[in-house]
Amino acid sequence: MAGFITKRLLQALFVILAVTLIVSFAIRLSGDPAIMLMGGGNVTEQDLQNIRQALGLERPFHVQYLSFLQGIFVGDLGRSFIGNTPVSALIGQALPATLLLAFTSLLISIVLSVPLGIHAAVHRGRWPDQLIRILSLVGLSFPNFWLAIMLVLLFSIFLGILPPSGMEGPESFVMPALTMAIILTATNVRLVRTSMLETLSQQYIMVARSKGLRDRIVLYKHALRNSAIPLVTYIGVQFGNLIGSIVIVERVFNWPGMGTLAFDAVSNRDYPVLQGTIAVLALFIVLINLAVDIAYGLIDPRIRTE
Amino acid sequence: MSDITASSKLLNGPLLSVRSLSVEFGTERGPFRAVKDVSFDVSPGRTLAVVGESGSGKSVTSLAIMRLTDYTGGRIVGGEVLFQPSGGEALDLTKASDDKLRDIRGNDIAMIFQEPMTSLNPVFTIGNQIAETLILHESLNPREARLRAKELLQKVRLPDADRLLDRYPHQLSGGMRQRVMIAMALACNPKLLIADEPTTALDVTIQAQILNIIRDLQQEMGTAVIFITHDMGVVAEMADDVVVMWKGEKVEQAPVRDIFTAPQHPYTRALLSAVPRLGSLKGEPLPKRTPVIVMDGGAPKLVGDTHVQNTADYAKPILQVEKLTTRFDVGKTFFGRVTHRVHAVEEVNFDLYPGETLALVGESGSGKSTIGRTLQQLVEPTSGTVRFNGRDMASMSQGERRRLRQEIQYIFQDPFASLDPRHTVGYSIAEPIIVHGLIKDRKAIEKRVHELLVQVGLQPQHAKRYPHEFSGGQRQRVCIARALASDPKLVIADESVSALDVSIQAQIVNLLMELQEKRGLSYLFITHDMAVVEKISHRVAVMYLGQIVEIGPRQAIFENPQHSYTRKLLSAVPIADPERERAKTRIEGEIPSPVRAVGQEPAIHRMREVGPGHWVAIEADALRGVA
Repeated sequence: MAGFITKRLLQALFVILAVTLIVSFAIRLSGDPAIMLMGGGNVTEQDLQNIRQALGLERPFHVQYLSFLQGIFVGDLGRSFIGNTPVSALIGQALPATLLLAFTSLLISIVLSVPLGIHAAVHRGRWPDQLIRILSLVGLSFPNFWLAIMLVLLFSIFLGILPPSGMEGPESFVMPALTMAIILTATNVRLVRTSMLETLSQQYIMVARSKGLRDRIVLYKHALRNSAIPLVTYIGVQFGNLIGSIVIVERVFNWPGMGTLAFDAVSNRDYPVLQGTIAVLALFIVLINLAVDIAYGLIDPRIRTE
Repeated sequence: MSDITASSKLLNGPLLSVRSLSVEFGTERGPFRAVKDVSFDVSPGRTLAVVGESGSGKSVTSLAIMRLTDYTGGRIVGGEVLFQPSGGEALDLTKASDDKLRDIRGNDIAMIFQEPMTSLNPVFTIGNQIAETLILHESLNPREARLRAKELLQKVRLPDADRLLDRYPHQLSGGMRQRVMIAMALACNPKLLIADEPTTALDVTIQAQILNIIRDLQQEMGTAVIFITHDMGVVAEMADDVVVMWKGEKVEQAPVRDIFTAPQHPYTRALLSAVPRLGSLKGEPLPKRTPVIVMDGGAPKLVGDTHVQNTADYAKPILQVEKLTTRFDVGKTFFGRVTHRVHAVEEVNFDLYPGETLALVGESGSGKSTIGRTLQQLVEPTSGTVRFNGRDMASMSQGERRRLRQEIQYIFQDPFASLDPRHTVGYSIAEPIIVHGLIKDRKAIEKRVHELLVQVGLQPQHAKRYPHEFSGGQRQRVCIARALASDPKLVIADESVSALDVSIQAQIVNLLMELQEKRGLSYLFITHDMAVVEKISHRVAVMYLGQIVEIGPRQAIFENPQHSYTRKLLSAVPIADPERERAKTRIEGEIPSPVRAVGQEPAIHRMREVGPGHWVAIEADALRGVA
């Protein structure tokens, strides 16, 4: 087990290297931060040159990247081009907000999709199944930004019960989490349903029934754990996509998380902030997938002994 | 009907009374009646065998008794299932409430299923799964339940019960899992045990042990048993009474002796005529085709003729296998170093002659299938030589190897899995002809496909159909036609008839023998079924743990077996004759694993000749044997 985790952490290191290298390189193709900072107007080439020098941008790319890496090892992610705040401080503020949003929406989606998926599987082909499948298809067809705007219209404009944006108090949490959860639930319900159908056709389910166990125990004890592997795998994969949609959802709700931070950094050509955010997000995705691999062993003893 | 009348009907009578039971399934083409008007009684402590082939409705009947058909989309559309539970009034299970049914399931009536590999939940421990029933029905606390679970494991003769409680199903062999299943079923002392083909998926020596355990426990606990099976040998060994089912209906019911000595219904007679019986060729040196009674519409019809299979030509072998060894690496360290190997085949020697059938028999892990795959070039041998028509396979060029693939063909066990469901069977049969470039002209290929279909007993117009439109037996005929398409000299038949119903099996065996006579084919017939071996083969090689322990003419092996393992194998086969005395010697022991640590090579048996062409491995100690 220890060997396995070491192996995965070495992999993580490689993933972070590759991701930050690509991002650092790509962002430098997108324009000059010096011009962004001066905001147009009457600027001489000398002014720009001075700014570049101050930010260390006149150095060759590989030197800039290596100094970024060097910084990572001592826990220094550099300072933002705008306001000179340390990047680690910015991430320190944004990361909890994003993780809170990501994990809550994931949790809501699991709490919703497991019973719904099981219900659909048990009533395969009959009306509860049809209804759940149609709802899931509708959920899948919503673009996340559109759904977010519709929720704002409904809850903030029409009903006026929830704040349209920002992060102030628990009310402001409802809509961003709901947007993400609806999108996740739509896919997870289908996954649980398919996986349960497969499990329910197994002989050990008939054996459990022949023992006189209640339906609830047959479904939630005997079947669910066997259906969990595909679900857990998918959650690992989904986490990557989740980070992607979080950028957009955070924008719409002006949620002060990693998505907003990264988005602003791209718009401002704020290299250090972008590099730092991406490195941290990549680390999280790798860690989540490591957790998924460990979870396999906990769920299924056949994987444990291998 | 009310419970009061149910109880008065069963007073001092049978434990279970199934009356005019009918079960329907909804299909796209409307309701399908799988069980029609079936009635039978089961008395306390007796064993009723329900026999029939696939589609006879026997398994549906067994599920319908406890209304488990509710979960498979089945509906009981008529009849009653009257049952007398241990405490309280008799009741009709078809009308009982869900609560009442759950009370009875696992408590008064328990069930054992066919596939021990899939009957246990893979993610819970053995102990947990047995204790669950006890906690539910006997209101034991977890500690008491665990203690009882341990006693139950000892009862089904599982060694080291304490440690087994915390193990998971995948850590156990199939035979051990089926014992756990039996322990689980008997946990609450049920009055009725329903066993649905409980030994079909097991090796024959393990089957013998499981049947013994069921029989002993039944006597000890006075349990009534409904034994669902297709195997007339098992029926003869286990049953007091027999119900024969055919196409959803009960066609005959009688005490076991009467079924075997005086079968009344034509279908029962057809079934019995098709059952291969160990010892049926006693005194005959050559294999023999015998006619089979088949049901044509509703009437029995005699198919085939008696024919002695004198086809082998012992001048020059077509296949020579010398010191063939195949090992697979398993278990690697973190750095990729191999720690264990499967010693699938170890220094195996045999010859096969034109027109001859050599049977490779053995149980799981004996290496018989690996030999077949090695010959088909699907597996690389570790060492040893294989000569085909005198040419060493290892030294062959690419072109020669391709030609070899044409001359050696394979027929697999599962005829459905080995045909592409998206292509017509005509396409599947034509494929080897096209691949090997045997015929170029499209019209001629079509004609050849039609000829092949006729040769295997199908019709030319079948070429346009898809695999799912055929029955299991017909599909195996298609597979045979495909194997013959490239005009092979040698056919490797790996458990090719094992999955078929006996009446179909008998016809396919006859077909294989007929084709051998017409085309001078050599067969390497890989199987675990000794009764079929006796019928079809000229010579037999008995394999155990990757090595041949005995090889010789069929008659010598069956009538004068020398190796203790051969004797064990033969004595374990259930004989379809209820008059025969049951074997006195008990078979014990698991089948050992061929996985060994690196560096621990198995000892190679030395062979001695005990009769003309009859070789047997020298055993260190005659008593110790191989078990």
